[in-house]
Amino acid sequence: MTMHTLSVLVENKPGVLARVSGLFSRRGFNIDSLAVGETENPDVSRITIVVNAERSPLEQVTKQLNKLVNVLKIVELDPQVSVARELLLVKVRADRSARAQVLETVNLFRARVVDVAPDTLTIEATGTPDKLDALLRDLEPFGIKEMVQSGLVAIGRGSRSITAGPTLRAA
Amino acid sequence: MTRPTPETLAHSARRARAAAEPAGDVDHTPTARAAVAPTTPVARTPEPAALSGAGSLVRSLEALGVDVVFGIPGGAILPAYDPLYDSAVRHILVRHEQGAGHAATGYAQATGKVGVCIATSGPGATNLVTPIADAYMDSVPIVAITGQVARPAIGTDAFQEADIQGITLPITKHNFLVQTPEEIPQILAEAFHLAATGRPGPVLVDIPKDVLQAQTSFTWPPTLDLPGYRPTLHPHGKQIREAARLMSGARRPVLYVGGGVLKAGATEGLRKLAELTGIPVITTLMALGAFPDSHPQHLGMPGMHGTVAAVYGLQKADLIVALGARFDDRVTGKLDSFAPDATVVHADIDPAEIGKNRHADVPIVGDARHVIDELIAAVTVERAAGRVTGHDDWWAQLDDLRNRYPLGYEEPGDGTLSPQYVIKRLGEIAGPDTIFVAGVGQHQMWASQFISYEKPYTWLNSGGAGTMGYAVPAAMGAKVGKPDTVVWGIDGDGCFQMTNQELATCALEGIPVKIAVINNGNLGMVRQWQTLFYGERYSNTELGTHKHRIPDFVKLAEALGCVGLRCENAADVDKTIEAAMAINDAPVVVDFVVGKDAMVWPMVPAGTSNDEIMFARGVRPVFDEDDI
Repeated sequence: MTMHTLSVLVENKPGVLARVSGLFSRRGFNIDSLAVGETENPDVSRITIVVNAERSPLEQVTKQLNKLVNVLKIVELDPQVSVARELLLVKVRADRSARAQVLETVNLFRARVVDVAPDTLTIEATGTPDKLDALLRDLEPFGIKEMVQSGLVAIGRGSRSITAGPTLRAA
Repeated sequence: MTRPTPETLAHSARRARAAAEPAGDVDHTPTARAAVAPTTPVARTPEPAALSGAGSLVRSLEALGVDVVFGIPGGAILPAYDPLYDSAVRHILVRHEQGAGHAATGYAQATGKVGVCIATSGPGATNLVTPIADAYMDSVPIVAITGQVARPAIGTDAFQEADIQGITLPITKHNFLVQTPEEIPQILAEAFHLAATGRPGPVLVDIPKDVLQAQTSFTWPPTLDLPGYRPTLHPHGKQIREAARLMSGARRPVLYVGGGVLKAGATEGLRKLAELTGIPVITTLMALGAFPDSHPQHLGMPGMHGTVAAVYGLQKADLIVALGARFDDRVTGKLDSFAPDATVVHADIDPAEIGKNRHADVPIVGDARHVIDELIAAVTVERAAGRVTGHDDWWAQLDDLRNRYPLGYEEPGDGTLSPQYVIKRLGEIAGPDTIFVAGVGQHQMWASQFISYEKPYTWLNSGGAGTMGYAVPAAMGAKVGKPDTVVWGIDGDGCFQMTNQELATCALEGIPVKIAVINNGNLGMVRQWQTLFYGERYSNTELGTHKHRIPDFVKLAEALGCVGLRCENAADVDKTIEAAMAINDAPVVVDFVVGKDAMVWPMVPAGTSNDEIMFARGVRPVFDEDDI
């Protein structure tokens, strides 16, 4: 199975997220990550879904998604020609003795410290899931007290916008 | 022709009163069969009229051409019933909301128009869940209108609160929770448009009580705002040409016809296409009547209880042209051994059906009527160019199977009445103009096998969901939609006990349906499986309608205001049916007391390959592999 990133443009109306996520679980798909937010058009929301699936069941779930009346467009983003980012906030144990080392790791990953307490640092990082995994691996030895991650958001490279390109309306 | 009752008389008076008022003329309901035409209500109210949300709801129904709704009032929906009291829309007060839902379905299947049912919040709405799921599985255009607790009470576990929008998310084509009274006309128009167009299906509109009570204004027609809804009606020309090329070159082709052909109103085109190409036709359970049973090219029904010729025809085909069918598991049997040599042309209005179960070599998205019309044109071009392949060998094989393995049954050895005989005679005596409405089980399969369906929309049943209890309320809805047509429900004694209370509705509202209860004293289809697969251990399938005559269906019928008849032997079958046919001023129930051991044959046991079809118990047809 492979990871697929779907960008789903939907009408910005109550209950639409439940329709979309409900359809995935009903058809037996596990959503790896999901992020939703407004777009340049306030009537339209964009849901980015990462799903682990074979090609043919993915096509079926895409067609079923297209049948939802509130779904406007679905595009699968090719990782080669798109930019994908997650946001990570992590609270790391960092007393005086460890603080310099933690800060070095933060700098290496171009992350930022957003809160300081006597024995912890809270770090903000954005990046691909791979980069954030690597950062977490490096911070792990210091002791991670708490962490929270956003779903993946992704956008195609180049000047063309998602509303201009072809959709995944297969068959 | 119907017996006037106090209720029907009162209704006529209300109707006359409403007609006298300048309510604006009313357009005909958009029909599912004319799916190309969007909902274009003609009744116009350019000047906004002040009224309540409930008034706006009823005015919207009138403007949409609704002539009848089935429902039960209750707390949250009560405001809607006040303007309904004065409306030209006929409200039929059912005895259980499930009856309202199936009646709307029966009405829609018989007429092609959108069926409407109404219920209150909470349990009223949840009682609609089964008929909504049923309509979803069979793609029937219905609109369910439910009351909801007032907006401030939503989410507080208020009295009779249920999240019916959430509950029906997976079983509706779409659903709405109305937020403001101003939205009512637009949402109703959108609901009807969604239900009737594209692949039809149920749509639910949930309206909070305070929205019904609030003051608003009404203008018609509203503007539909459905930017994400664009059903593809016209097929792609390239795919059509490719399909026509395959049809002209195939040696063993079949047309596999599903309910979509009926929904698209494409039956005349289907006949033309079949006769033009000479290709054998197989109609699914949902498509009976789409192609005349008596037509020499008709092989019958495929699937678990299909004819040997139809099952074999699909299984050995080199080309399957699927028209508005969905390769359901009851048709394909074990999927990976289904029709191993066939190239598949799959035409459906729903792209998600194409390739869902079986890979489509030529996918065609479009309305069956357009698809068939364009196939006729493209095949004509192929033939004009001399590209025609004969099917004589294919027909010789199929004809041989039809002759050797016709549908049939054995008379019971114990002298009991044969259920198949009863159903066969019912079909012959009532004739091809009658609408037959079946429940679910053995009687349904026999009714699909032993009645000859010659015309479209004369066979109604619960195909996908298999809803026991469907027949009585669906027959009621069909009769309301087609008052001048004879409507026979064919029910089992198990099914009948689930929804027979709607016969009280029929008696009071002047809806003279006829119900044949094929009473074998058991949950017959379950018992058949126990006979075949559970070592004849009859766990909980005996209903006592034989042994104890509880209930006595004749007395029950009479108690519900119907005429009750009983028939227990073959000699009385014809005259009992004729006696029932002669009664047109009241519903009739006939208790046909039949033997319990009859089984439905042929049969492809669940989960096995269609190659394993059993013609009768222990009898497998002989397929000569060398013929192919």
